[in-house]
Amino acid sequence: MDRKIAVVVCFAFGVVMFAQYFSAHPLARSVNQTIADYWQIIFAFALIVGVVGFLSNNLQRVHKGQDRPFRLLALAGFVIMPVLAMIWGIKAGTPFLWVFENVQVPLQSTVFALLAFFVASASFRGFRARSVPAAILLSAALIILISRSFATGPLSDWLPGVAEWIRNNPSMAARRAILIGIGLGSLTTSLRVILGIERTWLGGGK
Amino acid sequence: MHFCYIIATVANDPGWFDVERLPTLIAAVIAIAIILYTTYHRSSREKFRVREIPALKAVEEAIGRATEMARPLLYTPGWGGDIQRPTTIASLNMLAHVAEKTARYDCRLVFPTHDPVIMSVAQEVVKEAYIRAGYPDRFRQEDISYVSSSQFAYAAGVDGMISRLKPASIFLLGTFEAESLILAETGNSIGAIQIAGTDSTIQLSFFIVACDYTLIGEELFAASGYLSGDRSILASVRAQDILKVVIMFILVVATVWSTVSFVTNGSTEGWWTF
Repeated sequence: MDRKIAVVVCFAFGVVMFAQYFSAHPLARSVNQTIADYWQIIFAFALIVGVVGFLSNNLQRVHKGQDRPFRLLALAGFVIMPVLAMIWGIKAGTPFLWVFENVQVPLQSTVFALLAFFVASASFRGFRARSVPAAILLSAALIILISRSFATGPLSDWLPGVAEWIRNNPSMAARRAILIGIGLGSLTTSLRVILGIERTWLGGGK
Repeated sequence: MHFCYIIATVANDPGWFDVERLPTLIAAVIAIAIILYTTYHRSSREKFRVREIPALKAVEEAIGRATEMARPLLYTPGWGGDIQRPTTIASLNMLAHVAEKTARYDCRLVFPTHDPVIMSVAQEVVKEAYIRAGYPDRFRQEDISYVSSSQFAYAAGVDGMISRLKPASIFLLGTFEAESLILAETGNSIGAIQIAGTDSTIQLSFFIVACDYTLIGEELFAASGYLSGDRSILASVRAQDILKVVIMFILVVATVWSTVSFVTNGSTEGWWTF
């Protein structure tokens, strides 16, 4: 029974959201806005569940001695940041902002910077010319790479044009084909969920 | 009464329909009609072949490998999507099938996510899958966890899990952004078998290079039907192929038409007008 209610609610909201998209009427806009507001409320409550889960998970594993240093650090961050914000606020010159700018931002930048090394290692594996398609991929990648570097001038004047052609024609054609597939896949998945054909997200069953 | 008021308001106001969106509505109605026909018409649902998708055939192998090596299986839907996104729904549909198998094989399933709503839904999906498999006692709620909503905190957290738990198999299925290659390369470095799929064409190229199997484009959306063998779901997958043929036909006609227009008028501007 509870599953049927969920399917009916999903169907009703699916139809309403589909219909409101094709209307410029203020009523349709307000329906859209109201549902978006409710979504924020649902998210806020779910965030409490997520945060409680995060806390209990880490506390349990600290107690069991699993990955203790990492978990203690995560818990410290979880406690320190709100405490700093509540005592001194979050404006410029406060300890909260200092920790944010000098700890959190550099840590995020560090993780992002890993990407440069991973791109290099992944490219090294991916561009090995073991077959004809891999050789074509390698050639295209080299042309794009050189056309974007300072070496373009001395090497040739036509290289940027070739690179532009590769990006605008074969590359874009492949990208659009994939995007059409993704669009159709999204449409059918949404319709399956709205019509209750696909109920795996509810745990399956009929 | 309130409903009647809404209907009356809409009917009396000519501005209720956005004419600029009429082409989208026509395309949507045609697509929906084809999907409904293939899904519900009996003869349309019978006898058709679904081509083999290597990434989906490898799902069993990936779970089997994790079981044999007595190591966990890590499944993550990426940082880019929320529960409203069809890609996330498709990923959770596939999660249900994976979870049912991990329950049967008694293989630990770890599911870190960036979104508390996805976490709640995933907990229910996995719990139901374990019950369906007949092993509710094997379900570990703490393994389906919220990591962080911040992109690189999530990436660092999942990276840490991959490095410490050393999962034998990793499923990267959902909406990924810059964290895709960070996760895929870390998974590669520990020798995990990796199955990936996303709706981002930029991240797809990273997955193709770094992962063992990649679901490209609509393959991710077909996964649930492929794994479950459900005729209704597979029939809607067939609808996707019919729609692709329709789109290809329109593209060919448009190309010929604009070429003829260019040859006769010397310009492609306004080629679609008579």
